[in-house]
Amino acid sequence: MAKGTRKPKLAVWKFTSCDGCQLTLLDLEEHLLAIADRVDIAYFLEASRATVRGPYDISLVEGSISTPHEEELIRKVRKQSRFLVAIGACATAGGIQALRNFAHVRDFIQLVYAHPEYIRTLAQVRPIADVVPVDFELRGCPISREQLLELLSAYLHGRRPRIPRHSVCMECKRRGTVCIMVARGVPCLGPVTQAGCNALCPSYARGCFGCFGPMDSANPLSLGRRLEDLGLSREDIVRVYRTFNAYASAFREGSETYEQVRGHTRH
Amino acid sequence: MPSSTANPKASPPQIIIKKTTLDDLIQALQREGYQVIGPVLEQEAIVYRPVTQLKDLALGWIDVQEAGSYRLERDEAQRFFAFTVGPQSWKAYLFPPREEIWKARRENGRILMEEPETPPRLAFLGVRACELAAIHVQDRIFLQGPYVQPRYARRREAVFIIAVQCTRAGNTCFCVSMGTGPHVREGYDLALTELEDTFLVHIGSEKGAALMAEIPHREATQEEVAEATRRVDAAAASMGRTMDTTELPELMRQSLESPHWEEVGKRCLACANCTLVCPTCFCFTLEDVTDLTGQEAVRVRLWDSCFNQEFTYTAGRPIRVSIASRYRQWLTHKLGWWVEQFGVLGCVGCGRCITWCPVGIDLTAEVQTLRHMYGRASSPATVSR
Repeated sequence: MAKGTRKPKLAVWKFTSCDGCQLTLLDLEEHLLAIADRVDIAYFLEASRATVRGPYDISLVEGSISTPHEEELIRKVRKQSRFLVAIGACATAGGIQALRNFAHVRDFIQLVYAHPEYIRTLAQVRPIADVVPVDFELRGCPISREQLLELLSAYLHGRRPRIPRHSVCMECKRRGTVCIMVARGVPCLGPVTQAGCNALCPSYARGCFGCFGPMDSANPLSLGRRLEDLGLSREDIVRVYRTFNAYASAFREGSETYEQVRGHTRH
Repeated sequence: MPSSTANPKASPPQIIIKKTTLDDLIQALQREGYQVIGPVLEQEAIVYRPVTQLKDLALGWIDVQEAGSYRLERDEAQRFFAFTVGPQSWKAYLFPPREEIWKARRENGRILMEEPETPPRLAFLGVRACELAAIHVQDRIFLQGPYVQPRYARRREAVFIIAVQCTRAGNTCFCVSMGTGPHVREGYDLALTELEDTFLVHIGSEKGAALMAEIPHREATQEEVAEATRRVDAAAASMGRTMDTTELPELMRQSLESPHWEEVGKRCLACANCTLVCPTCFCFTLEDVTDLTGQEAVRVRLWDSCFNQEFTYTAGRPIRVSIASRYRQWLTHKLGWWVEQFGVLGCVGCGRCITWCPVGIDLTAEVQTLRHMYGRASSPATVSR
């Protein structure tokens, strides 16, 4: 940052979420001083209650839009933000709370709350980009430290962030992890999931859970047939596609197809 | 032991070493300054990793491979090289998955360029015939023509190759069809054939001869040479797959508008596994990485794949949007245009793309289907799946 120029103002916003993605910003420990040196952290309630009024140059938005109040608030955030980045599975795909989109939210409310009449919520949970225009999305549950740092570096240097949209398999192969599905028969969502975690779970011989959502040309039905061969029931397959990114279109297509064919014979 | 009557001048010398003497070979290579890479047991598979002694090698394992499946089983005969090829190829060492091309640093208002370190001299222990063929294919890609990859060239020039003759074929192997194996014919420094308690060693270069001079050995008998040939012939006779290579580029041309690509596209995951395990696939991307402070920049070369949509970006948009079009690009390049481009087919018959495809797509079956559709079947073809 050249002397005399104003530092870009950064804001961090929370909607329906667990705070894990904004925590990733604090988790950039060794880079925090460099970030604070180049960016004015103007609004970040998880780090400080001291806030600076907008407008903001860059807004990181965590969480999904789940209530009428959040619908209004995100529009205000959009108006105050030059560059708006949705961060994490909730903000980019609705998160785990989007499971309500496959059911009736009223049924949940009746079950959970003693006074359901006090609850104001939307029937459908929506990702940020469904409500306001979004300039960039960082996937993940939670987002990756490295990708957040890359996003900030790219923003500061005026270049496009390097956030690939290919499979997790690319990361397994580049780091030398042997395919656990082929070599051990472990069910894995890696072949339909966007990279970004450096293939963390497969490197511990665990199947990919799909935290980063569907890759850019995911084929959830072909993988589903393979998962059946590996012993998963159709109900299991509905469940593996319905976790953190359940409402992302390719995973939704996967789970809805397997829900429809439930009880019917394959082929 | 009877001494051999073979005339060393008439044919390349063939000698016998005890199995434990392989350790002397590894030690001798290390004294010469080589880092030795060999097959080891890791992550329930046989992978190529640095080794420093005989004990590091995966002893007594057999791999059972099928489309989309790989399992290891104990080898009762306790052989060193009873398995065939695993998930990794030597490509990982000659053309690493991630490599820094250059680094630049700002210092006192100037930009300083840094050359990456010189790659180590490597010795490959256990290179199979199909893998040697694959290395020669990549040599054509990276070393021939006006654009030579200097770091590939440096690695390749320095490498010491100990080939191993396959005495067993896998279920997804088809090197016989591709004319690349299982007999190792050229391009090695030493070639081993595993016998009962010994290895038969062919010397393939002066470097190989010089190294063997330091190692305890004796001349091979004619019976031993014949037995070694018999063992490799047995592997040749038990290939798990075949591919009819008659006019493959022409078949690819005729198949361009085939509806079969859409059918494969429904099964293909576009996950890129086939291209990454392939010993000849060479797609890469270059990334410029800058740090937060803007003081350092690195240009990195990374393995990429024609199955990645972003790889097909041309003039601001992807040109191969459907998975079917990407599978077609891969197969027609490999078995068709590759010949025009590099003078050789892009497939060596190692079968890795079949085994390591998570949904078991088998190119030999797809080629047979295309032949069936376009009337060029050399034998009655069955449409798979």
